[in-house]
Amino acid sequence: MDVFAEVLLLTLAAGTPLVYAALGELVTEKSGVLNLGVEGMMLVGAVTAFAVASQSGNPWLGVAAGIGAGAALSLVFGVLTLSLMANQVATGLALSLFGVGLSAFMGLEYVSVVIEGIKPLAVEALAGSPALGKLLLGHNPLVYLSLVLFAAIQWFLYRTRAGLVLRAIGESPQSAHAIGYPVVRIRYLAVVFGGACSGLAGAYLAVAYTPLWVEGMTAGRGWIALALVVFATWRPWRVLAGAYLFGGVTLATFQAQAGGVAVPSQLLSMLPYLATIVVLAVISRDATTIRLNAPASLGRPFHAEG
Amino acid sequence: MRIALVPRPEPSRLAGALSPLVAVVATLLIGFALFTALGKDPWQAFHVFFVKPVDSRYGVGELLQKAAPLMLCAIGLAAGYRANVWNIGAEGQLTMGAIAGGGVALAFHDSASPLLLPAMVVAGAAGGMAWAAIPAFLRTRFNANEILVSLMLVYIATFTLSLLVHGPWRDPEGFNFPQSKMFEPVALLPNLLPETRLNVGFLVALAAVAAGWVFMSKSLVGFQMRVAGLAPAAANYAGISARRTIWLGMLIGGACAGIAGIGEAAGPVGQLLPSISPGYGFAAIIVAFVGRLHPLGILLASLLMSLLYLGGESAQMGLALPSAVTGLFQGTLLFFLLAADVFINYRLRIARAPARGK
Repeated sequence: MDVFAEVLLLTLAAGTPLVYAALGELVTEKSGVLNLGVEGMMLVGAVTAFAVASQSGNPWLGVAAGIGAGAALSLVFGVLTLSLMANQVATGLALSLFGVGLSAFMGLEYVSVVIEGIKPLAVEALAGSPALGKLLLGHNPLVYLSLVLFAAIQWFLYRTRAGLVLRAIGESPQSAHAIGYPVVRIRYLAVVFGGACSGLAGAYLAVAYTPLWVEGMTAGRGWIALALVVFATWRPWRVLAGAYLFGGVTLATFQAQAGGVAVPSQLLSMLPYLATIVVLAVISRDATTIRLNAPASLGRPFHAEG
Repeated sequence: MRIALVPRPEPSRLAGALSPLVAVVATLLIGFALFTALGKDPWQAFHVFFVKPVDSRYGVGELLQKAAPLMLCAIGLAAGYRANVWNIGAEGQLTMGAIAGGGVALAFHDSASPLLLPAMVVAGAAGGMAWAAIPAFLRTRFNANEILVSLMLVYIATFTLSLLVHGPWRDPEGFNFPQSKMFEPVALLPNLLPETRLNVGFLVALAAVAAGWVFMSKSLVGFQMRVAGLAPAAANYAGISARRTIWLGMLIGGACAGIAGIGEAAGPVGQLLPSISPGYGFAAIIVAFVGRLHPLGILLASLLMSLLYLGGESAQMGLALPSAVTGLFQGTLLFFLLAADVFINYRLRIARAPARGK
């Protein structure tokens, strides 16, 4: 039981950055906008969070800064794709490439800096407590926050009027515009929300999960998050399940490496990426399901005439 | 006063030609501001970044030598992008090309045959194509998004190369460093210009750009791929196979990137190392866009991007600036280009009176 609790705890911790990033991207995509810049926003969020946490000594301030950095970058994406009607795929790629460069540039002074990160709740108090207590109370505060975010998004999308409008815009911006909804403004909000979530995902990695800054530390998690949204056929609870599944895979590879399994470490490191490809192929195989679930206007620019 | 974007009746060719120039100028202005903010004299910084790297024969050689893989990858990607086939895994295909071609060099390490080098290049192209065939197959057979698959394969290719040079391909006399044996001279691309590192790979890249031009502008298949990109429904109606378009777009990109990969291994690197390219495959995406997906544009854009690489190295030595500044400039350039591109399809209308409605 103790081992089981431990594994579950670590799986949730490993899956949380994917939860944040993929849920944010899900909301953005629900509004009909495809932002491929998740990896870049995560990296800039991570380095900003780490820098602010290290300068101020307060990791929570770092988290706030990481969220702000992700949101700011996504705003650049928004201006380009929503106001200037740039191609979303190209702009998203540009954002990822830019984020990789910017974060490497910003992070140079912070490469082997040590900070006091955000710690899991009351670990000492729980040492020796029953496994169940640990399972319920032993997580990092940001892990709980990700679950709150999940519930909030689920409620927002399917139980509120605003959520309905967001989804309607993703399905048919022309109709929503004709009824009088401000399509571009709402898409901006969805894009910035996605950016903030990506920034938070990066911040979690840099000030809670590791806590370290390493160039390129997201290691493709932003791209995996994008794939997760497709696996999940744009449904929040499936995003959650998928994220923890990948958290588990990542964890298993770490454990196998640490445990000295007689397999080259590079083979183990390939696993999450290989798994992403396999799952993506399996889920996408049914083209109809994807077409029915994907927001109908995903990736298409919208220009209100007049 | 209100500024509005109004769609043009047809795309402006002038705006299309000017926007890369606007983007370059805007990026330079940002660079100016950045250097000033970092407390450097911007004019001196510009000199170190853009002039000093190419003020010698060796420097010009480096410029052309680094432009070659960028050109190769970008021309291959452009063939796909024109057809809406989003291969963003050129970096992985490049790595696989280096592995396949380098594998031939290592397997026939004692060979002095003049056929060794051509065989390596063919193997490199095949390696890149094989790697690109995976997303093409998964896309056509399982409808899997080629952007994500090709990107995931970059990581897998990098780990594969690392695995090989840490393990079976490690040079036994290499003091345990993760590197292969040095290739024999017969397995290296011949030098093109004395006192530089420029090799015949540059000519191969030029030939690829020329071939790309013929293919994209003069061949029926190239035309069909362009139609498939511009108007998928029309292409479908005209009987142009979407499946073939995807396969061709991916394979051309893979072959070019694979040749670029073996060009690095058998060129400036001369062996296999855990990392064979400083992100050429990703930078080539920017080159393709800045070059307007047009061969001539790609030629110029690859020289510019190569200069950014050299400038980054030069700034690291001459200005104590991190070379990461290169990546920053690359991204900024693409942002400005995409922003300036709005004027291809739209024009500004400035109305004096506040418009009614929205």
